[in-house]
Amino acid sequence: MAETHDDKKGISRRQFLSTTLKTACSVTLMGVGLGFYAQRANALPPLAIRPPGALPENDFLGACIRCGLCVRDCPPQILSLGQLGDDIPTGTPYFIARTGPCVMCEDIPCVKACPTNALDHSLTDIEKARMGLAVVVDQENCIAFQGLRCEVCFNICPLRGDAITLEYRHNPRSGKHAFFIPVVHSDACTGCGLCEKACILEKAAIKVYPIEMAKGELGHHYRFGWKEKAKAGHALVTPDVKHHYNLPEGVRYELQGKGLIFENQKAQPSSGEVPFPSNPLQSLNRKRKESE
Amino acid sequence: MSLTRRDFIKSNAIAAAAATAGVTLPASKTALAGDDPDVRWDKAPCRFCGTGCSVLVGVKNGRIVASQGDPDAPVNKGLNCIKGYFLPKIMYGKDRLTKPLLRKKNGKYDKNGDFEEVSWDEAFDIMAQKWKESLKKSWEENKGKPVTKITSRVAMFGSGQWTVWEGYAAAKLFKAGFRSNNIDPNARHCMASAVGAFIRGFGIDEPMGCYDDLEHADVFVLWGSNMAEMHPILWSRLTDTRLTKPGCEVHVLSTYKNRCFELADNGMVFKPQTDLAILNYIANYIVQNKAYNKEFIEKHVQFNKTPTDIGYGLRPEDPREKRAKNRMKGKLTKISFEEYAKSLEPYTLEYVSKLSGVPKQQLLRLAKVYADPNKKVSSYWTMGFNQHTRGVWVNGLLYNVHLLMGKISEPGNSPFSLTGQPSACGTAREVGTFSHRLPADLVVKKKAHRDIAEKIWKLPEGTIPGKPGYHAVLMMRKLHDGAIDCYWQMCNNQLQAGANMNNESYPGYRNPNAFVVVSDPYPTVSAQAADLVLPTAMWTEKEGAYGNAERRTQFWRQQVKAPGEAKSDLWQIMEFSKRFKMEEVWPPELMAKAPEYQGKTLYEVLFENGQVNQFPFEGKIKDDRGNEYDNDESAHFGYYVQKGLFEEYASFGRGHGHDLAPFDMYHKARGLRWPVVDGKETLFRFREGYDPYVAKFNPNGAKGDVFFYGNAKKNGGRANIITAPYEPPAESPDEEYPLWLCTGRVLEHWHSGSMTRRVPELYRAFPDAVVFMNKKDARKYRLRNGRLAKIQSRRGEIICKVETRGRNQPPEGLVFIPWFDAGRLVNKLTLDATDPLSKETDYKKCAVKITRA
Repeated sequence: MAETHDDKKGISRRQFLSTTLKTACSVTLMGVGLGFYAQRANALPPLAIRPPGALPENDFLGACIRCGLCVRDCPPQILSLGQLGDDIPTGTPYFIARTGPCVMCEDIPCVKACPTNALDHSLTDIEKARMGLAVVVDQENCIAFQGLRCEVCFNICPLRGDAITLEYRHNPRSGKHAFFIPVVHSDACTGCGLCEKACILEKAAIKVYPIEMAKGELGHHYRFGWKEKAKAGHALVTPDVKHHYNLPEGVRYELQGKGLIFENQKAQPSSGEVPFPSNPLQSLNRKRKESE
Repeated sequence: MSLTRRDFIKSNAIAAAAATAGVTLPASKTALAGDDPDVRWDKAPCRFCGTGCSVLVGVKNGRIVASQGDPDAPVNKGLNCIKGYFLPKIMYGKDRLTKPLLRKKNGKYDKNGDFEEVSWDEAFDIMAQKWKESLKKSWEENKGKPVTKITSRVAMFGSGQWTVWEGYAAAKLFKAGFRSNNIDPNARHCMASAVGAFIRGFGIDEPMGCYDDLEHADVFVLWGSNMAEMHPILWSRLTDTRLTKPGCEVHVLSTYKNRCFELADNGMVFKPQTDLAILNYIANYIVQNKAYNKEFIEKHVQFNKTPTDIGYGLRPEDPREKRAKNRMKGKLTKISFEEYAKSLEPYTLEYVSKLSGVPKQQLLRLAKVYADPNKKVSSYWTMGFNQHTRGVWVNGLLYNVHLLMGKISEPGNSPFSLTGQPSACGTAREVGTFSHRLPADLVVKKKAHRDIAEKIWKLPEGTIPGKPGYHAVLMMRKLHDGAIDCYWQMCNNQLQAGANMNNESYPGYRNPNAFVVVSDPYPTVSAQAADLVLPTAMWTEKEGAYGNAERRTQFWRQQVKAPGEAKSDLWQIMEFSKRFKMEEVWPPELMAKAPEYQGKTLYEVLFENGQVNQFPFEGKIKDDRGNEYDNDESAHFGYYVQKGLFEEYASFGRGHGHDLAPFDMYHKARGLRWPVVDGKETLFRFREGYDPYVAKFNPNGAKGDVFFYGNAKKNGGRANIITAPYEPPAESPDEEYPLWLCTGRVLEHWHSGSMTRRVPELYRAFPDAVVFMNKKDARKYRLRNGRLAKIQSRRGEIICKVETRGRNQPPEGLVFIPWFDAGRLVNKLTLDATDPLSKETDYKKCAVKITRA
């Protein structure tokens, strides 16, 4: 019963999406005229996702013999074949994340079933699959961005903590709550679409798109300095000299840390990982003497 | 039994699946409601957990068409979790019950018949008939017994989700009307251990602190609480403090890695039950280093020990009970500080680290933050502490640590028991719907307390029985054994919630001699096993009041009408009482003491007593903006029922440290934290300046000094430090059942899922229960993520999907299964071992094995 319901919904949504996206894509692409990419992106509507291990779209279309074996061997039966009249090349496999996401079987039966390597047999670890990339496209309606405690996409992510993490931020409106902002990381996201399916909004705020459509690209000249330093494990130039400051008594200055530190205030000199003296008695006895 | 266990299990699985799949969406135009001038907005507390968030409810044409977080509510400031986000949808599930349903065969009630629609009249007729037969039997059994020995064959299982007045009316009906103390709330499964420790430690129930501690603490320690998922909005506040306050630290202790570990500076996974030892180690560290607050303990603390080897609250014939030297004993004995210090000596860092599996360095770091007088520490706990065969002990051991340091009753220094239910405090505890309690911390055992209740209720002396009734778990056993004939379950889902379902609860519900009534908005697992099902109004279909975990009482008005013939619990309780003449419920010797009650109904004596019915009802409830609201109970009974019940109830606590504000204040305020004295709320109890009662009990005390006035009479206002050792759990893994099973909840679903699984979006977000397990264990038992596994205990088995990459990451040797899923009833596996003192079940520890299904 539930399945029929879902299927119906899926089809109508698919039609809706394909029409809209067709228009959107063709308008954009006509304007921009990215010839090569146009062909490639236009071959498949953005919300139709290829199974794990699919070759780049043009290669895939060349290699796929439309046999349907991957569809047959998909345990949760989420794969469909493009049909005449669809925007999806007839007979090629795809899934729609919102209605039937990839559950990331560890043994990847769809890939094993492929007789032509259109689904690349060198993919043996499902976590290495790159079917697409999840993007929180609507940050106005995503309730996490408003401070509500949802995090369904994070909770359901099979690579939770790698593909989706939560970024904590102070909520200045309420003054005393935190935001738990979902952030997708392209180095880990497989594009399985479980997040898009689980999103509790009427229309998902997080959607899976083909990677080339979802990703931006940094100016080729620029690097993020802190990432480069982390990668190298040390500063890329000669380390800074030791600095000395004119300071009144009881005040220290930490260049790389807290800045000004007023030692006569409550703050205890830190013993390392915790900000209090390593011998608790040092502070404990002092307090008791005061109270005595 | 014509309905076999297999049929039952099968049918309930199907029903559960159908219910979750076939749900209608309540409001198609929700998005527009904010702009629609015809939508009437009013405030209401959230229906779910004990946090007590407030929402605004938008009503148009008699339906809730919209909701929003209340931006002016101090707890949540307009925010909600996803359960709160979907609040309106819980009321509009397709399978709402709208008519009473009775099991019948050939037109007559039959325990083995099928459910048929009946009128309320017919439903109450059969109920009253069964009750009267049963009350007669109780009379026979009680002949010649003093009031302190009276037992009863009728029982009610109520709720921390009842409104304040529903709980109050139910307790009054049972304790005074039917003279049965067999009334207990589902808070028994949730808060009873916390209550036990409050009473033993402080002589008065409920936390001394409040949620403002969340902004004032330097260090947070979570003990067996997955606050990140179970108290989502409070976790959001805690996280914000961790983010914004320099030096703030979060320590998390649990038997598996949960979402709180994401924020933890010191996350510790300990072996089940060793929390007892860890707390003793911390106390030992404080004592050994002489870090304790000497002045505080000299003035405000008394040292005690409690009997040990007290059993596991199982049936008395269980060998574990027979072996126990001091079964169920808890009387405290005063000891010296030196004796206390000596009792801690075995709990060295080496020993406890080995026992608990927590690395020494981490334990030491935890002990140091408690021992540092310059760090304000707030400790939070939930079911990990309370659902524990040594629940009262372990709650107490944490108080010991706070009391040794004097870190209590001031902003940021707070041992704080979080509640799971919206009114575990407000209703179950404050009203006293437990089998041993009366309102405002009075207990049935004490004659002086019964006298107070009888006086307020205008009843003859000796009406209320002096023997505590059957608690929740005992009720299941008594139902099973045939000692209870009539069992009324209201506002909860005990068959799904109670432990050891196959061997205790289910045979109890289906006992041929028992008549089981279930009041619920939906056909739950319990309803399916009942004999009579009463359709029930929920949440804003009635006027209500809840009390959250920080002593905050919040009211709401009735917003919409209940569907069909569904009626509120309050209506059901009061209307049912009309079915009894006093001489049918009270024996002649008691009637002789109150001849004026001859010929009257129970309803007239309990509710038309000149108090409950003293406030007239004008036909509509009006707010100060001129909006009008229905109040179906008041319209039916002809007076402002909720106000009358509240004011009578409040008279128990006013002037006794439990002061509630006048009724009308609560419809204006976004909740008030009691005691409310001279219109002022109390944020922190037991400290002069914050709590007006301190000066009253301790007029010569210093400014800002502490006085634990709950113990004023007992020991001159000192808190009790109670030493207790580590003792092993009731059942531990062995060769045959090699894994620990821990049960609990997930963010998306509330308790037994009867509401949240009817919200399609929540169902989609977390459809069915899974078994969370460690990848290595999965490999060991030849299981794979996503595949089905059979989990078996000595009591039953269930099948569910394996989840090795889920949000909960158990260590090797432990599996976690949430209990919300009616199709996968984890309580077939759990053991009905309880804390012998609090009688609360340990749902966190039993032994299971797991195989491929």
